[in-house]
Amino acid sequence: MPKIIKGREVIEDQWVLVAEPSEELQTIEDDIHIIVPLSYWTDNKTAILARTGKAGIQVSGADELDSFSEDLDDIDVIAIDFPKFGDGRGYSMARLLRERHGYTSEIRATGDVLRDQLSFMERCGFDAYALRADRNMEDAIKSFSALTIAYQSDVVEPRPIYARRP
Amino acid sequence: MYAYKEYDQQLLDERVEQYRDQTQRFFKGELSEEEFLILRLQNGLYVQRHAPLLRVAVPYGMLNSNQVRKMAHIARTYDKGYAHISTRQNVQFNWPEMANVPDILAELASVQMHAVQTSGNCIRNTTTDQYAGVTANEVTDPRPYCEIIRQWSTFHPEFAYLPRKFKIAVTAATDEDRAAIRFNDVGLRLVKNDKDEIGFEVFVGGGLGRTPLAGSLIQEFLEPKHLLSYLEAVLRVYNLYGRRDNKYKARIKILVKALTPEVFRDKVAVEWERIKDGALDLPDAEIEAMQSCFPDPDYEILENNPASLVEAKSNSSAFSIWLRQNTAAHKKAGYQIVTLSLKPTSVAPGDVTDDQLDAIADLADRYSFGEVRNTHAQNIVLADVKQTELLALWEELKSLNFANANINTITDIICCPGGDFCALANAKSLPVAEQIQREFDDLDFVYDIGDISLNISGCMNACSHHHIGNIGVLGVDKKGLEFYQISLGGDAGFGASVGKIIGPSFKEAEVASVISKIINIYIENRIEGETFLMTYQRIGMSPFKEKVYAKNN
Ligand code: SF4
Repeated sequence: MPKIIKGREVIEDQWVLVAEPSEELQTIEDDIHIIVPLSYWTDNKTAILARTGKAGIQVSGADELDSFSEDLDDIDVIAIDFPKFGDGRGYSMARLLRERHGYTSEIRATGDVLRDQLSFMERCGFDAYALRADRNMEDAIKSFSALTIAYQSDVVEPRPIYARRP
Repeated sequence: MYAYKEYDQQLLDERVEQYRDQTQRFFKGELSEEEFLILRLQNGLYVQRHAPLLRVAVPYGMLNSNQVRKMAHIARTYDKGYAHISTRQNVQFNWPEMANVPDILAELASVQMHAVQTSGNCIRNTTTDQYAGVTANEVTDPRPYCEIIRQWSTFHPEFAYLPRKFKIAVTAATDEDRAAIRFNDVGLRLVKNDKDEIGFEVFVGGGLGRTPLAGSLIQEFLEPKHLLSYLEAVLRVYNLYGRRDNKYKARIKILVKALTPEVFRDKVAVEWERIKDGALDLPDAEIEAMQSCFPDPDYEILENNPASLVEAKSNSSAFSIWLRQNTAAHKKAGYQIVTLSLKPTSVAPGDVTDDQLDAIADLADRYSFGEVRNTHAQNIVLADVKQTELLALWEELKSLNFANANINTITDIICCPGGDFCALANAKSLPVAEQIQREFDDLDFVYDIGDISLNISGCMNACSHHHIGNIGVLGVDKKGLEFYQISLGGDAGFGASVGKIIGPSFKEAEVASVISKIINIYIENRIEGETFLMTYQRIGMSPFKEKVYAKNN
């Protein structure tokens, strides 16, 4: 099973990312937890929810949050994909999912995810990270503690620095 | 000025170690060029024509004398003995070794300085009026707000990978906008309403480069307590909807223009509605706490125009000319704001040597409570000089070559490093600046021309803001040859206008004489009290165009 960083630890990934569900899905056991692209989810919600495995969706920064925000109760993982590491839309999306929509299940970062981004991602509400396969995950975990001070109000620490000062 | 608290220092120290680790991983081959690029860019390190360029942040232009000495030390130890003041009040080093940068950053951190977010697609260093806090012509000191913005924008986790860079400028001045706020992504102008309360006018979508635009007003009076929630709403809308497919269309100005300012404002309003009055609210107590971080220095009770100054003026016309050109009125009686000209002829505008930096630090300690400010025009200001000491200071400045009485004149040229240093340049800019300075070597004539701004950029990136110079010069490439396009009528101030191109571009050798013609047309046409810009605005482009392109002229 592939590995993933979750809660600052390397664990075995319980989820299978199904990039082409219309072709691949019939070969996947019914109790496997799957992550499908947003467009497939939108068209096949009922069928996906009828499976015994849990359902997650993969979105990208280009997707409108409003196009799936109604479904959040049925979704156990949201994978926000970063086609390029410089595309920062996913950071806003994660924050809005947590702070505005109260989404509490897993938000994972997929795609071009680099260790030097993990800490900002965490502060925006991500809690799982699928690094590129050629990356050392154990090493990457060190990066969470590189900067221990944050000025801003964010998902991890809602109080900005001035509200925390003694 | 703001002194770091423990947490500011800790964050910075951690940042240095983080960057050291990133650099080591790059040298070990664990980070690709492309991955390291984005990390080093977030830390002000560009790779230029000859060597990396390290841009050091100078928050809102303020430096204390220890920091200036550190700049001197870095210039001496890690560079070729000089530093460059940028048009965004920062300091640049042109020759550091990539491998030394972590050590340079550690040196900087020891004096509460850094290079965080001085490049890359993130929120850059906030700039302001170089006279902030010392001019009588302001509604309040803008620096506490700048520092609030600095902290909010430093390592903001959501806005580290914006579509493009993002610049914020603040002014509180009532006489002139010295921070060019209308040409920033967000411009904030502190104003007073009719109830005598302070608030912000918010302009958005200003910028230069390929598509020069003045920012549009989207908030007429934003209460200070909403400053951060409003900025966060603006940035979020930009982060989500700014274009990412084309770097030339990625600045917020393009988004604002595409949506129209009204629609953009409405989008921001919807977002803001949901976060205002929340965690980002700035309580009065916090604003006051930040204001107390910018106390007045220990001013003495003095009188304006002391007898010694009056006498010095009558004894030396050179001194009184310098006084008129290079100093400005101070809010406290008996004090004066002094600008050191970094623009003697044949020195690259904004360049200072290590020894000069040390000397400036000493002058700051002896004459101005140990502080200096960098200006957008690439000069340095001693903000709090006693009028009784102006003569002595002037004597010292003369021997340091800082007393050129040319501030705001045609030889006070704003100029980027251009083709001599910058990898992106289409043409050289420094030799053109020198050529113009030599053309206008008659000081009486220079003063007769009066207030004017002349900006030279080596390419469309417009680092020297040529669009908003009264006269703008832009280096262009024509089939491999360097040409210069000239524009007239730009205004960086409250008038906020982009200059118009006069016509076909000129060869390098022609630039100074063309500018000379332009100036002569102004002199012939001006009416009493008119600056170059006012005459241009009254008579328009045609008289200039006709003369400049006339045959046999
Ligand atoms: S304007 Fe162009 S040439 Fe000049 S510094 Fe900027 S990028 Fe370089």
